[in-house]
Amino acid sequence: MKMNILKTMNKTTKSNTITYLLVAVVYLVVQLLVTTGNISSLMKGLLVPLCVYVIAAISLNLVVGISGELSLGHAGFMCVGAYASAFFSVLVGDALPEMLRFILAILIGAGVAAIFGILIGIPVLKLRGDYLAIVTLAFGEIIKNLMNVMYVGRDADGLHFSVTDTASLNMAPDGEVIIKGALGITGTPKNSTFTIGVILILIALFIILNLIHSRSGRAIMAIRDNRIAAESVGINITKYKLMAFSISAALAGVAGVLYAHNLSTLTVKKFDYNTSILILVFVVLGGIGNIRGSMIAAVILTVLPEVLRGLSDYRMLIYAIVLIAMMLFNWAPSAINWRAKIKAKIKNRNMKEAE
Amino acid sequence: MKKIISFVLVTMLAVGCLAGCGSNEAATTGEAVFKIGAAGPLTGGAAAYGDAVNKGAQIAVEEINAAGGINGTMIEFKMEDDEHDAEKAVNAYNNLKDWGMQMMVGTVTSAPCIAVEAEASVDNMFLITPSGTAVDCISGPNAFRLCFSDPAQGTKSAEYIGVNQLATKVAIIYDSSDPYSSGICESFKAEAANQGIEVVATEAFTADSKTDFKVQLQKAKDSGAELLFLPIYYQEASLILQQANDVGFSPKIFGCDGLDGILGVENFDVSLAEGVMLLTPFAADAEDEATQKFVATYAEKYNNEVPMQFAADAYDAVYAIKAAIEKAGVTADMSASDICDALKGAMTQINLKGLTGTITWDESGEPNKEPKAVVITDGAYKAM
Repeated sequence: MKMNILKTMNKTTKSNTITYLLVAVVYLVVQLLVTTGNISSLMKGLLVPLCVYVIAAISLNLVVGISGELSLGHAGFMCVGAYASAFFSVLVGDALPEMLRFILAILIGAGVAAIFGILIGIPVLKLRGDYLAIVTLAFGEIIKNLMNVMYVGRDADGLHFSVTDTASLNMAPDGEVIIKGALGITGTPKNSTFTIGVILILIALFIILNLIHSRSGRAIMAIRDNRIAAESVGINITKYKLMAFSISAALAGVAGVLYAHNLSTLTVKKFDYNTSILILVFVVLGGIGNIRGSMIAAVILTVLPEVLRGLSDYRMLIYAIVLIAMMLFNWAPSAINWRAKIKAKIKNRNMKEAE
Repeated sequence: MKKIISFVLVTMLAVGCLAGCGSNEAATTGEAVFKIGAAGPLTGGAAAYGDAVNKGAQIAVEEINAAGGINGTMIEFKMEDDEHDAEKAVNAYNNLKDWGMQMMVGTVTSAPCIAVEAEASVDNMFLITPSGTAVDCISGPNAFRLCFSDPAQGTKSAEYIGVNQLATKVAIIYDSSDPYSSGICESFKAEAANQGIEVVATEAFTADSKTDFKVQLQKAKDSGAELLFLPIYYQEASLILQQANDVGFSPKIFGCDGLDGILGVENFDVSLAEGVMLLTPFAADAEDEATQKFVATYAEKYNNEVPMQFAADAYDAVYAIKAAIEKAGVTADMSASDICDALKGAMTQINLKGLTGTITWDESGEPNKEPKAVVITDGAYKAM
């Protein structure tokens, strides 16, 4: 019955439905495992980080896959979202009910990251290709270094800012320092849960998939495929590129919010170019432009090093080898041919059996 | 095509999940043992510290087991890699929980320790960090610390300089991107005022630019500082000493435990470190019997390596757990949470004679011990 419905749908709706269903099914299976107690603490602890990386990966895929620009500063947007929301949550404290505070924190994280996305996007999107990659890389580093020297405290007089040290905040003795330079923000409430993570994934998917299949999405892809042709039919290049870039930044900010509210410490060290590259690896492994693929790749590559803990000293070595093997299996032309052959064989056999 | 890829990936994911679940059942056979877990960086930039903690703790565990265990119960020790990353540290902690950890030594570095402590505090898991120096590392009642905290190091350094009248004009070069370094720097400046020390220059560098210090050194020199305070790690300090020599700047040098290890830097002219003073809880060539025995065992077991302070901290942390277990009369069949409740109280009553000094603890989890200062003379650490 389900297959019939799937068959009558058009191709994109079908593909989207599969993506949503995949998330829902995984969620239900995991919830079942959690409630029956059949899941290890390690896996349970990994659930929220998995949501973080899935959101980060699909949002980067919007820039890399759909808009066709190479961005190496994605962790920078996560950082902005994480810091803005964690700052908000610590500042507000218990003045608001937990759920409301977290929802506001998510909105603030997304909003601030989007603003940064627009601010960075305006000058940066004048560049193309490699140049854009370098500038986004620089942006990520700038954010990292800025956050590293930022001190913000609060006392009865209000907020105090400084870029040197805590002492120069000039706070009253009962004041509390919220952002402590290199130490970052500590004591962020742990609000992120798997359920909220999955809801955010579904929202992110909804936004991205709908954008791709909308008029704007087609315009963005037209620019990717042929900029001159797109321009000649009157598509506003800057507008559409900026749209993709800032939506992607906002969603990365959401991933950052989820990350910040999962751990009680937040330092910028996490958001260096290694993380940006890691997210890019998710996207490349899963298939540039393939949203479902980047979700699956993010899950596998996050779980893999943890599952390999049994190998102790050889863990990172094996992880790297498995990564290379997966890349080859997925994307080497000969591997693709081989898989096509196998697939044809299976099809033939099935047809013969059917006869 | 896409279907096949998705299928393969999903299968791998499923297998991965199952493999993760499988580790639940392992290691429940045999006699009851105390399971002590540890987490720290075993790969990546900070691996030297995690490695030292692993080795130091291993030696302590083997010694205790060889001597008949704790009240006759053997100890099992396991260390997991956290790559000096808060998120991975929580994964390592969860993995250790699956293994059956009852007490934790760790984590080794500050930021991961804060994240793990938050989890451990919820689980009521006993935790003693050998070397997590940030204040928030031990925010819960379940957590204790073996080393001095960052503020304590800065304050003690300023006190030491003030009391011994080493200098009145001090310049500081520190790593502003490192919580350890900036934490010490801040508390040093706060205490310096009370000690009649004038901080004439505070120069920063970051982890991204830690090879050329000529600018900072020139400024420190121009400020007329008599003493240069270096609350940083030894790799950068070795470069600073070399470059200070190049620009003809030769103040007294004072550092914290991060400078421990400077004599082991490759291609470093150790004569430049002559006269460098540092506050460290441990000197590998101290004369007392315990230290010498530890250093000898360490060298024998690990290829003639000389243990650094982190190894000694970990060694003491394991012995602190032993002392607390004996005091509280904890047995291995108790749950982690019950053990924690018992050890919390016992920790404040023990008096540990360790490699890093005689240590007592109060309820805040901070250690009370005398700071030790050493000075480098003739290429070796000498107690001051």
